[in-house]
Amino acid sequence: MSTIVDARGFSCPQPVLMTMDEIKKVNKGEIEVLVDTDTSKENVSRAAESQGWQVREIQEEGEGYRIVISKD
Amino acid sequence: MTNLKNFFATKWGIISVGGFIGVFAPLLQKLGNPGNMGVCVACFERDIAGALGLHRAAVVQYIRPEIIGFVLGSLVAAYLFKEFRPRAGSAPIVRFVLGAFAMIGALVFLGCPWRALLRLAGGDGNAIFGLLGLIAGIWIGTLFLKGGYTLGRANKTSASVGWLLPLMMLGSLVLTFIFPQVRGQAKSGILFYSLKGPGAMHAPFIVSLLVGLVIGFLAQRSRFCTMGAFRDLILFRQTHLFLGICALVVVAFITNLIMGQFHPGFAHQPVAHSMSIWNFGGMVVAGLAFALAGGCPGRQLFLAGEGDGDAGIFVLGMIVGAAFSHNFGLASSPKGIGPQGIAAVLIGLLVCLFIGFTMRKKVA
Repeated sequence: MSTIVDARGFSCPQPVLMTMDEIKKVNKGEIEVLVDTDTSKENVSRAAESQGWQVREIQEEGEGYRIVISKD
Repeated sequence: MTNLKNFFATKWGIISVGGFIGVFAPLLQKLGNPGNMGVCVACFERDIAGALGLHRAAVVQYIRPEIIGFVLGSLVAAYLFKEFRPRAGSAPIVRFVLGAFAMIGALVFLGCPWRALLRLAGGDGNAIFGLLGLIAGIWIGTLFLKGGYTLGRANKTSASVGWLLPLMMLGSLVLTFIFPQVRGQAKSGILFYSLKGPGAMHAPFIVSLLVGLVIGFLAQRSRFCTMGAFRDLILFRQTHLFLGICALVVVAFITNLIMGQFHPGFAHQPVAHSMSIWNFGGMVVAGLAFALAGGCPGRQLFLAGEGDGDAGIFVLGMIVGAAFSHNFGLASSPKGIGPQGIAAVLIGLLVCLFIGFTMRKKVA
């Protein structure tokens, strides 16, 4: 069961901060991050990868994106 | 298109955008823009405020086409890549106030972060104190961010919200066509034009506009941000945006060397003063305000171009802040800080700290 981080509407750097907080909290597993700008999509993906997490998939959803990141 | 889209999000994408600015800013200076001011978002918005008569400092009045280009170039890029997303409602009045004090702080130093980098690349040692102040201000901002500081969520809204600032820029452009500069005249219709000083120095209008459009386009694609560069480095140890500003400084330095525009020293630098403590202090205020608002003044223009109404409010705050700066004697000049410059820095710092301490995430 993955946790969801809803960062829609927040501007930089908050989506990244929220994702990092969640990464620190769960340590491994799967996290879904919801964002609503391309900038946030890129920043969250970049930040996750820098923490050794993998970007599993990015889906367009509504007015934004659902980014699924995971670490085994 | 997809390859291009991905390219600008890469390391080499941001480096090439920084490099592009590093070539064209000194080139604009060569073509007539003021010294070490090929591009300065703060100075140029201040000149626009002057041209519109919001302040009456006779030496800094000119509708700077670079600023118009930044917003419209970003708008074009955002539409082309389907990234125009009209949004607003994230503490607009706070953003306005942050914009105003960011400008007031920047005008104590005499330049935005872009110009601080360009001044450094032109040999102006005073820029070191400005940049140190900028980093200090951003560092304070990161402490607030770590402590839960937030301006809250923006909401999706009507396209017109995203269009208003670009339309204002377009309106300014139209005004320059209706009331063009007349040689030797300080006023053309309703617009003011400087006869001497930095406001009288400018590259040919069309060149400035074109360079502005291209930079606006590229910066929208790459998310180039001078404040974010330091913020991400401090907050996340991420070097992505930082590579962009490094490229800007290195390439601008080389371009200046080639063009004979590199003059190392502290005294008699163009449009600069050497009161180090206030170069530092002014930029602490500006850096903190940019960090709390989530973008450097350039980035705010690019965000405004892609539909961010809150960034548009920040830009308007900067323009109004510029008017206050000159009307109240807050802005510096090459002679030194303005008569009320010290009070401006202290009040700006207090206001930013107040915002930093009070705008916190409510624990659900």
